[in-house]
Amino acid sequence: MATAAKKAPAKSRSDSKSLSAPVTPKPVDFTKEQDLAAYREMLLIRRFEEKAGQLYGMGFIGGFCHLYIGQEAVVTGLQMSLIEGDQMITAYRDHGHMLAMGLSARGVMAELTGRRGGLSKGKGGSMHMFSKEKHFYGGHGIVGAQVSLGTGLAFANRYRENPNVSVTYFGDGAANQGQVYESFNMAALWKLPVIYVIENNRYAMGTAVTRASAETDFSQRGVSFKIPGIKVDGMDVRAVKAAGDLATEWCRSGNGPMILEMETYRYRGHSMSDPAKYRSKDEVQKMRSEHDPIEQVKARLIAKKWASEDDLKAVDKDVRDIVADAADFAQTDPEPDASELWTDILI
Amino acid sequence: MPIEILMPALSPTMEEGNLSKWLKNEGDKIVAGDVIAEIETDKATMEVEAVDEGTLGKVLIAAGTEGVKVNTPIAVLLQDGESAADIGKGAAPAKAEAPAAAAAPAAAAGPVAATPVAAAPKTEVAADPDIPAGTEMVSTTVREALRDAMAEEMRRDGDVFIMGEEVAEYQGAYKITQGLLQEFGPRRVVDTPITEHGFAGVGVGAAMTGLKPIVEFMTFNFAMQAIDQIVNSAAKTLYMSGGQMGAPIVFRGPSGAAARVAAQHSQCYAAWYSHIPGLKVVMPYSAADAKGLLKAAIRDPNPVIFLENEILYGHSFDVPKLDDFVLPIGKARMHKTGKDVTIVSFGIGMTYAIKAEAELRGMGIDAEIIDLRTIRPLDFDTIIASVKKTNRLIVVEEGFPQSSVGDHIANQVSQRAFDHLDAPVITIAGKDVPMPYAANLEKLALPNVGEVIEAVKAVTYR
Repeated sequence: MATAAKKAPAKSRSDSKSLSAPVTPKPVDFTKEQDLAAYREMLLIRRFEEKAGQLYGMGFIGGFCHLYIGQEAVVTGLQMSLIEGDQMITAYRDHGHMLAMGLSARGVMAELTGRRGGLSKGKGGSMHMFSKEKHFYGGHGIVGAQVSLGTGLAFANRYRENPNVSVTYFGDGAANQGQVYESFNMAALWKLPVIYVIENNRYAMGTAVTRASAETDFSQRGVSFKIPGIKVDGMDVRAVKAAGDLATEWCRSGNGPMILEMETYRYRGHSMSDPAKYRSKDEVQKMRSEHDPIEQVKARLIAKKWASEDDLKAVDKDVRDIVADAADFAQTDPEPDASELWTDILI
Repeated sequence: MPIEILMPALSPTMEEGNLSKWLKNEGDKIVAGDVIAEIETDKATMEVEAVDEGTLGKVLIAAGTEGVKVNTPIAVLLQDGESAADIGKGAAPAKAEAPAAAAAPAAAAGPVAATPVAAAPKTEVAADPDIPAGTEMVSTTVREALRDAMAEEMRRDGDVFIMGEEVAEYQGAYKITQGLLQEFGPRRVVDTPITEHGFAGVGVGAAMTGLKPIVEFMTFNFAMQAIDQIVNSAAKTLYMSGGQMGAPIVFRGPSGAAARVAAQHSQCYAAWYSHIPGLKVVMPYSAADAKGLLKAAIRDPNPVIFLENEILYGHSFDVPKLDDFVLPIGKARMHKTGKDVTIVSFGIGMTYAIKAEAELRGMGIDAEIIDLRTIRPLDFDTIIASVKKTNRLIVVEEGFPQSSVGDHIANQVSQRAFDHLDAPVITIAGKDVPMPYAANLEKLALPNVGEVIEAVKAVTYR
């Protein structure tokens, strides 16, 4: 059957002001505090993920486990642009997002080991974690599903007429799912405050973007819907923050959605069980040595004499302590009580 | 010979309609294609175009007449040389007139004499304990009851909104949302693009923040495009988040066979969704249940699948006149008490059970009829208590037979009340074939009253 859909009247916010089509902003130099904070945050994610990989190898973490190593600047930079109440939602490579939102390393790690102190009481696992308190809406195992859900978070913001923005993450792989474009259409039609963050780490599992995507410039995937998009150096936390500032301002001003294509890279396989034979070791090594997001900040801190090697070692020790504590907790915390099998199915 | 203009069928489920307005007067010249009248169907107001040429000789059904049956002569068209005096001299029935605008979305709105399930005969209904004795009852269609339920809940709670295809400006593909846009505005009555997967996800996302969306699917057949969001996102989030957040959302729309809409538009989803922990599944038969249970579904903090039926939309039932009539989800309704056999059904399946019961009474068999109303959670207590009394069980539904709701009930009853059964449980379902289009085959594919009677005779050894 063919019936023409009618356009729902989309009420622009009263404070709506039109901005010109956005272009990739130049990275703005961070203050000492910002660089130190970014360094610490990214290092926490890196060390956390390294430990998770280790615990997986030891059998403490089961199932699928997707590490965020290499992509730390994306969530860290974007988080710096958000205000209280802004929501975040992503797919299954989600540990870093939760740490960046300020969720406890213990809660995340204990969820990975399936213990009662995990963020989902051990019932969600690595791919399915949530925090109502921090407005983190998962943690989704179905590639692309979070894009429609994230659009719904933005719908709720507009419905409630609050100033918040939904930051909806997905990968270059999910970018080929049909519901992504259904969501783009509605978000643009209704001017919903949603930032679509496409984390282009070049591989959808084992398939390089050039083998899966007819259009590999993901920033332009919204053109049919008049959604502006920009490419961002996702390995430079300052570039990410500048793009985040631009996009949040764009959305909060009632202009509707915006796409940020984050050009990033994952150092590890798609999941712990992926040998990553679809790319060369040289390619990985080149990214690590020339573009590592943490090393970039470290070099700046040293060059500007904002921190000494010893200062940074102290940061590393702090972070390692947090991660070690989380790992200890995650190994010793009891499994959920058997009665939990039957809870949280219905309210 | 004068030509009779007949009341056209303008939707697959239309049995009668209202002749709203004549746009031509007696004596007017008419050429083919002229709009001659406006007819209000069960779905929309349609313009009727003339098929033949001539002069409008006589209007047989006055404007404003309600409940005009399909194929009733509504006017007489005089051809060249004829006069009013010729009327009544063996008028030839015209081909039914053609609709000018195909407003009925699911319909290739051709002139089909749709004769789906006729209105159920009046049955003796046991008093519903959820309705206070002495309550005034108002005859209401299922369609109006659903609309009233949504309007009342939207007045009560600003977090409730409805979204779906054609729910706002069009007033609902099946007129279920009629008037809601006018009362609540476009912020809360949201027309979506044709994008089931996407807007189901948008609804679930909004629900995860605490809003209470009603997502209308034009039919549940189209929700197959959205089933991932319903099952993987709506149903499982509460569990996966350790109880932190769920999705207080209602997915509603027609499910099951309508009339002559064939394989892709005729499928019952009761068994499908009843398989999923984390969902509630409601499938009402009467208007009172439709209203009381839809209000309950909207207030429920869990995702609720609310399965309606196109044919039942136009059926009228008594609905209690109460300020706030809310029924419990998960509780079956004793439609009629009896002692010889238990017939369990739900939704439109009830029409077969009710007609069979009337005939069985004539044979001296006193059947008990239980209307499940909710498929998940299923009210086994009521079924088993009844089986313990009658020792015989028949289940009637329109869905496919394998892994049907009836199969599940038969299995559970055999485990929980085996010693009380005096005969095997018989399950009556739709046939194990895609729904055919041809009228005779469609009839064969659906359950029928005869099958119910035969089953009852078999289990009572008559």
